[in-house]
Amino acid sequence: MERSRRSFLKIAGLTALGVCAKPVADVWAASAEHGASPQGRFVVGDKALTAKHWAMVIDTRQFESAEDLEPIIEVCHKVHNVPNLTVERHEIKWIWEEEFEHAFPMKENRYLNERVKDLPFLVLCNHCENPPCVRACPTKATFKRASDGVVLMDFHRCIGCRFCMAACPYGARSFNFRDPRPFIAEVTTEFPTRMKGVVEKCNFCAERLAVGKMPACVEVSNGALAFGDLDDPASDVRQLLKENFTIRRKQSLGTEPSVYYIV
Amino acid sequence: MNDKKWIVLGLVVFFAIVLFPVWYNRGKAAPAPEVWLSDTAKAAETCVKPLEDIRRNHMHLLDQWRDTVSREGKRVFVAWNDKEYYPGLTTTCLGCHEDKAKFCDRCHNYASVSPYCWDCHINPKEMNYGKK
Ligand code: HEC
Ligand code: HEC
Ligand code: HEC
Repeated sequence: MERSRRSFLKIAGLTALGVCAKPVADVWAASAEHGASPQGRFVVGDKALTAKHWAMVIDTRQFESAEDLEPIIEVCHKVHNVPNLTVERHEIKWIWEEEFEHAFPMKENRYLNERVKDLPFLVLCNHCENPPCVRACPTKATFKRASDGVVLMDFHRCIGCRFCMAACPYGARSFNFRDPRPFIAEVTTEFPTRMKGVVEKCNFCAERLAVGKMPACVEVSNGALAFGDLDDPASDVRQLLKENFTIRRKQSLGTEPSVYYIV
Repeated sequence: MNDKKWIVLGLVVFFAIVLFPVWYNRGKAAPAPEVWLSDTAKAAETCVKPLEDIRRNHMHLLDQWRDTVSREGKRVFVAWNDKEYYPGLTTTCLGCHEDKAKFCDRCHNYASVSPYCWDCHINPKEMNYGKK
């Protein structure tokens, strides 16, 4: 035999490598198949409402009492299967009412104008441009959608750690301490409920925008709530902002809320 | 060495106990449940994927639907046969297969899988909650 020990070892090594490479390549090929199935694709519906930056303007001049806010809160909680838990610690709210001094604590003068002092303010998730909840979330369950700036939750990823609740300066997030299902008076089948152990909040009706409908609260507000693209100078909301003096909640924190109030 | 009969007896008892389950279940492999198709599904003829594929991969498809809807906001699924579906568990899958208990559960019970999706996703046939 002419072959040196050195060349024998080289060939043996290459052979071993070849034998090992085949199963690894097979596994890779199989996992590629799993991930992106070639059959079927996803598109944004033709009717979907889109924007670069969704924003809301709430004209509080059109409200007089809590009764005016009730239908707005009710419709939101109904279409999203929000349970009605009356124990304060367990309460779940997507949109609710708040006194001026709690909604705008840095704008509270000693002698408030009487109308504002007694008026209930409608508050909800502000869909901030710099959302602190998103930075706090360890699983990326909550995220700011790049396409339109809506701060959303992927309920499937929420592990219930509640860091987002600690991070949110507006108290816009609620935690399901109990199974919410027994407390939903009338279940809407179009939207899933949540389960014990996850956080939830307003989603700017992402599921309605996707099929060409305005958010439910805007729809029933008789024009008191305007919703539109903040980045479009011709939009309703920009028009309102141009014509009226508006305030936002806790602006000094730098979160840049997308919900504006005409007072 | 006169313990022989005890040893043999012990072995007989031992094997009787060990082999009892095999003997008891002989020839009785649980038959796979028949797939129940609703009238709506029969009328539609095809699923959202070809039969072999949906049978094997429906869980991956659902994951894909879930992620695309929740994270990307794309809510139209164009299937391999160019039919359009709303990628929703309750509205679409159950909208066509109709009865979760008869369709999904029967097969899942046999395969011993219990997806937790229904803690949140609604089975319209099982709405005995919400009465409070
Ligand atoms: C913690 C509650 C929860 C659990 C558990 C859950 N989902 Fe969801 N799921 C939701 C919510 C809320 C939405 C958002 C619906 C929307 O935006 O329209 C959703 C959306 C979806 C969607 C798209 C739209 C729809 O209405 O179906 C799919 C598909 C989906 N989930 C699949 C699953 C699957 C599969 C499982 C189980 C492996 C699961 N989900 C478990 C809460 C949940
Ligand atoms: C438009 C009606 C329709 C919709 C929507 C639909 N299916 Fe189907 N599905 C069918 C029909 C019809 C069959 C039988 C197909 C065949 O025999 O070729 C089927 C077959 C199946 C099977 C295989 C059953 C077997 O024979 O082993 C599974 C699993 C399944 N569907 C799950 C789903 C899931 C999960 C969804 C939602 C992602 C869904 N289907 C949505 C109509 C539908
Ligand atoms: C023909 C049998 C069959 C039918 C019908 C069927 N499944 Fe499945 N499904 C399975 C099997 C088997 C698995 C488990 C696969 C595995 O573990 O790899 C599974 C797994 C799943 C999973 C993932 C579970 C997990 O724990 O990861 C989901 C979600 C699911 N099915 C949803 C559905 C829904 C919704 C329907 C009804 C519309 C349905 N399936 C109908 C056989 C079926």
